[in-house]
Amino acid sequence: MSTVYRGVAASDGVAVAKAFVLDASEPSVERVEVADPEAEWARVEGAIAAAKEELEALRRTALDKLGESEAQLFVAHAQMLEDPELTGQIRQVIEAERVNAEWAVKSVIDTLVGLFDALDDEYMRQRAADVRDVGSRLLRHLQGSAGTSLAELAEPVVLVARDLAPSDTVQLNPALVRAFVTDIGGRTSHTAIMARSLGIPAVVGLGDITARVESGQVLAVDGTEGVVVVQPDEDELRRFSAQVEKQQGERARLAALRDAESVTPDGRRVEIAGNIGTPAEVAQVLAQGGEGIGLFRSEFLYMNRDTAPTEEEQFAAYKEVAEAMQGRPVIVRTLDVGGDKGIPYLGLPREDNPFLGYRAIRVCLDQKELFAAQLRAILRASHYGKLRVMFPMIATVEEVRAAKRELEAAKQALRAEGVPFDEEMEVGIMIEIPAAAVMADRLAEEVDFFSIGTNDLVQYALACDRLNERISHLYQPLNPSVLRLVKMVIDGAHAAGKWVGMCGELAGDPRATAILLGLGLDEFSMSAGSILKVRDVVRNTRYEDAKALAARALEADTEADVLRLVQG
Amino acid sequence: MAMAQREIELKNPSGLHARPASLFVAEANKFQSEIFLEAKGKRINAKSILGLLSLAIGQGTVIKIEAEGDDAEQAVAALCDLVASGFGE
Repeated sequence: MSTVYRGVAASDGVAVAKAFVLDASEPSVERVEVADPEAEWARVEGAIAAAKEELEALRRTALDKLGESEAQLFVAHAQMLEDPELTGQIRQVIEAERVNAEWAVKSVIDTLVGLFDALDDEYMRQRAADVRDVGSRLLRHLQGSAGTSLAELAEPVVLVARDLAPSDTVQLNPALVRAFVTDIGGRTSHTAIMARSLGIPAVVGLGDITARVESGQVLAVDGTEGVVVVQPDEDELRRFSAQVEKQQGERARLAALRDAESVTPDGRRVEIAGNIGTPAEVAQVLAQGGEGIGLFRSEFLYMNRDTAPTEEEQFAAYKEVAEAMQGRPVIVRTLDVGGDKGIPYLGLPREDNPFLGYRAIRVCLDQKELFAAQLRAILRASHYGKLRVMFPMIATVEEVRAAKRELEAAKQALRAEGVPFDEEMEVGIMIEIPAAAVMADRLAEEVDFFSIGTNDLVQYALACDRLNERISHLYQPLNPSVLRLVKMVIDGAHAAGKWVGMCGELAGDPRATAILLGLGLDEFSMSAGSILKVRDVVRNTRYEDAKALAARALEADTEADVLRLVQG
Repeated sequence: MAMAQREIELKNPSGLHARPASLFVAEANKFQSEIFLEAKGKRINAKSILGLLSLAIGQGTVIKIEAEGDDAEQAVAALCDLVASGFGE
């Protein structure tokens, strides 16, 4: 009997494969008295050795894909496994209580987690999660269920998880994961963004799908409609298989557009670029035919560590991307964080309204040394390719001027030191605050380009927290109000002879492409997985028709009306 | 058996958090001596990352490093150097 579940359609496409349930829950452990405590201790030693080997492999992969600071975490985990405090206590419990290894490990780990949870230091409390992770790994090896290791997948699967953390991606083999299915999340959650960037179908926000599916059951996933069918019957299988086949044909057709120009039949040329969060993602953008990097989020350099990255570390990362893109443009966005992201060393306070608070350029203009190190690193890297710098969360003209002053100071220092950089490097700002959209004509006088960040622009324009599921119906990227703001931005920039890009989710939504094209957008930057679909629309839409469509969309009453226009 | 001890102030801005603690433990484990760290009125095994982390030692805290064993002097000197260097931060 098949069962159908509906969730949030997070990444387009269909897939049929066996489920692989990534179990995040604690393994269940029973207390058993044993006759031979020494044998139990030997089992613990064996499990520690196996877990350490696994961590070493993870460290190497992380070093390769994510860099040194992320890799260091796995070193710390390995040290915990060898820690005399941990091993000594486990041994003591086994010998004193004459119990099984699993029970001893679980009780010692639980005590340690409690200890860290009780500390009055937020950063230290986060270490409780590390201890828990180390404990789960040890238990898994004791129970002989290497089960949840993503690295060991041998056949195509649908990955079923509560949610996917960035660290899960380290182990993931995209060639074998056919779809993601998760309990929690929305269209803009990490899992969703990652799935789109990898071009893997995903349905998220299914509630408790991890409890309803078992590994090995066949799942049919439709990421376009947000549907998951567990144990599909023959009819459903036939229908899904036909769709998978059609999708493969479509993929082959799109793949042929990899080296094609992004130009309309009547000659309007635009640039289609990719968004990346780490240097390693450049490869995906190039593989999908991206013409540049329209958004290089620099946050990864600052997260999961204890201190700010040095200028040298940043320089190395920016240079790596600049060189990998071989002269194609790369827009580096300066640090965009706020109180909602845990970066302990920045001393960001917990705020009631983090999205309206001390964040992004507001932090950088306040913590000038932090900002200066990043600007110097970007400038130095500009010597090795075509870099552009972009400031996020600009609300006022003064902020742009202040940020440019810091940039100028960094340039002067570099000149004095004789360090080469690109004197012509373009400077831009993100337009994501309605105030900036309204003032676009004035802001355009200050910079070389704009990039519209629709995720925040939509949430600020409609006063709708995009992560709040109860008001998700109000998060309307194609609402005419948003389109009118976009038009103001583009018109303001063009009047001053400047160009406009877009790096929010909307830029990669093929339903929006014709309207944005018609509004005059010059550059579209998106997850790598959307590049070919958007290029396909551009190549099949006459610019004159797009302009007429955009004009009608601006006059629509509701988002539903706009959607009818593009679908009709 | 040789013994050595020294007090030193922790200068690096993030205190003895995960990365520096991990470097500290790696250094301590290079020596045969038993090594202890005392801070905030608690004394822990300096070869234990969990012990070190549980102290939540912040910037400006004065810590005492003690070693007992044949290479006690060298151990205390090496660990103090590491702390004084600010863990390369």
